[in-house]
Amino acid sequence: MPTDIILLGHGSGGKLSHQLLDDLIIPTLSGVALKDQNDAAILTAPSHHGRLAFTTDSYVVDPIFFPGGNIGDLAINGTVNDLAMSGARPFAISVGLILEEGLPFAELRRILESMRVAASQAGVSIVTGDTKVVPKGKADKIFINTAGIGILDHSFILTGSGAKPGDKILINGTIGDHGMAILAKREGLDLDSDICSDCAPLNGLVEDILAAGGDAVHVLRDPTRGGVATTLKEIARQSGTDLLLNETELPVKREVNGVCSILGLDPLYVANEGKLLCIVSAEKSGDVLAAMHSHPYGREAAVIGEVTGIGSARLSLRTAIGGLRSIEMLSGEQLPRIC
Amino acid sequence: MISDNAYRDPQVARRYLDKLASLTAGLTTPITLMEVCGTHTMAIYQHGIRSLLPPAIRLVSGPGCPVCVTPLSYIDRAIALVRRPDTLIATFGDMVRVPGSSSSLIHEQATGGQVRIVYSTLDALVLARKNPDKKVIFLGVGFETTAPTIAGALIAARREGLNNFFVLCAHKTMPVPMAALTADPQLNIDGYLCPAHVSAIIGANAYRFLAEDRGIPCVVTGFEPLDILQGIDMAIAQILSGQARVDIQYCRFVKPEGNLKAQHLLKEVFEPCDAEWRGLGNIPASGLRLAPAFEAFDAEKALPVAVEPLREHTGCRCGEILKGQIAPRQCPLFRTVCTPENPVGACMVSSEGTCAAEYKYGD
Repeated sequence: MPTDIILLGHGSGGKLSHQLLDDLIIPTLSGVALKDQNDAAILTAPSHHGRLAFTTDSYVVDPIFFPGGNIGDLAINGTVNDLAMSGARPFAISVGLILEEGLPFAELRRILESMRVAASQAGVSIVTGDTKVVPKGKADKIFINTAGIGILDHSFILTGSGAKPGDKILINGTIGDHGMAILAKREGLDLDSDICSDCAPLNGLVEDILAAGGDAVHVLRDPTRGGVATTLKEIARQSGTDLLLNETELPVKREVNGVCSILGLDPLYVANEGKLLCIVSAEKSGDVLAAMHSHPYGREAAVIGEVTGIGSARLSLRTAIGGLRSIEMLSGEQLPRIC
Repeated sequence: MISDNAYRDPQVARRYLDKLASLTAGLTTPITLMEVCGTHTMAIYQHGIRSLLPPAIRLVSGPGCPVCVTPLSYIDRAIALVRRPDTLIATFGDMVRVPGSSSSLIHEQATGGQVRIVYSTLDALVLARKNPDKKVIFLGVGFETTAPTIAGALIAARREGLNNFFVLCAHKTMPVPMAALTADPQLNIDGYLCPAHVSAIIGANAYRFLAEDRGIPCVVTGFEPLDILQGIDMAIAQILSGQARVDIQYCRFVKPEGNLKAQHLLKEVFEPCDAEWRGLGNIPASGLRLAPAFEAFDAEKALPVAVEPLREHTGCRCGEILKGQIAPRQCPLFRTVCTPENPVGACMVSSEGTCAAEYKYGD
């Protein structure tokens, strides 16, 4: 009997599993997924260079559809970006789906279509995958794990420990968009806002940054969970340097700022999914900023601060009125205000 | 951009700071101003205002964080209530992490207790309608800013005959504890920056007895950095000229008489009562309880539970911090035992708590 929702049998490995794969998953991912249905994907090792990057991440976002994206493109872009931040060119990706019994096919199709578009935009192939179904209530609609392999075509070393005194801190656009888009959509928060997630693949932008900055680019990091504050604090700790941000230079959308202040949140701690922090020598920072500005995902790029010296891993903020305060890592979850 | 804001203009800020520096240049003892409201505490840290003020102006934080002043016994009662199989606790976020005598709501949630974080009292009403088999208990904590929304929810609940909605009431009111602090000789408060939102409800006239009877200058101050600097400037001007009155810096929202409609709502649903403040003890007529007509919604009366014996945390100095007697760093637990991840006292939990602010933004 034809069905339009996921049944436990779709994860059985039997006939229904094959139907799901042949009728929905493979055709929807057409163009970016390998058709061979063997136990493992056979990849041709890139012979010209010895370095590979390998990463994995799991996606459990709620709600699964949100303004500006869904769990599907998030799962592709997140892993693509993790590879890109190490300077790697994303090459192959795996997709593991954990589906809750009862998930409508239509929703799964929308998610898979977004994955196809995202993979195609990032120029990455989905080379292997897996689907499991769990009984209703044992998962929340859909969880996705992706793992990715990338190739390093260059000898630059990008690491959080690479920040050096005098370096500039750049970001490719407005902060906090993803987290606030998700929060505004959550049940219980009846906010009518136009905030969209910034979910995007950043590997193209990274290529342009490295072409413009070369080995003067010392650190690339995507400020996802914990936001810009937490990521920069990690970099300060790894490199043993002190960092200073300028509040007036931080790009924050007016509506993101507005919703943050209603809820008592600080945009510096709100998650991003299409942003990168780039720490680059002062001499090359102009070239890198120009390269970012000419890329679609870097139009609102800005220099937001600098590495002030070797020190005790302090991250400070020069406030708009000229005050100075320190910034700590996010503790627990951000919670709404009470009065 | 964050800076795209007239209330954060660095040139104007500089003018105020220069003026304050020259006004206080010859002083041998510093002037102590207390910011009463937790949102002020947070804003002062967030904008780095202490780092800009001349040394002769000392800002101390007061008992204006509603989560922080809520006594341990209240948290223990909420925990006892959530352990009943038929209850669901609805609360603003910060309350879930406040440690009780032996547990916290977030711990109870992880072990099966029904706790929902809501952003407004009306969301708690929605939960009650959606869960007719549960007794939905809203944690009524906060000052005169929060209380009118709870009054509105209770009036709505009574109108629609909702009999599974309850409030565990620990509301506090503002001017009375300020008088108690003024009387404390250890504190030496020279002036108050009065709360902004609370004053929008109760009106600036509510503080007149502090100025007129106790001789303490009061300035109702807004939350933006320039509001705070101007508020400080207005307070210093009163102090240096030997005057004491209630000035309204935050005149774009606060009127002398306040919001009469909200005051009327409060009178309909609540009545004044003595209240227990963490750190300050029992203060007569400083709280609100449900009026007899709304007693059926009172969780404490309608849902009896056995509450565990009170066990204060040894070493925690939240009480002195709430009175502005010591700064967070003077507490031996600060940053060592007591952190936002593992808070001992409420001041480290709440987003408006002095210890949380010092931990997050301090040097």
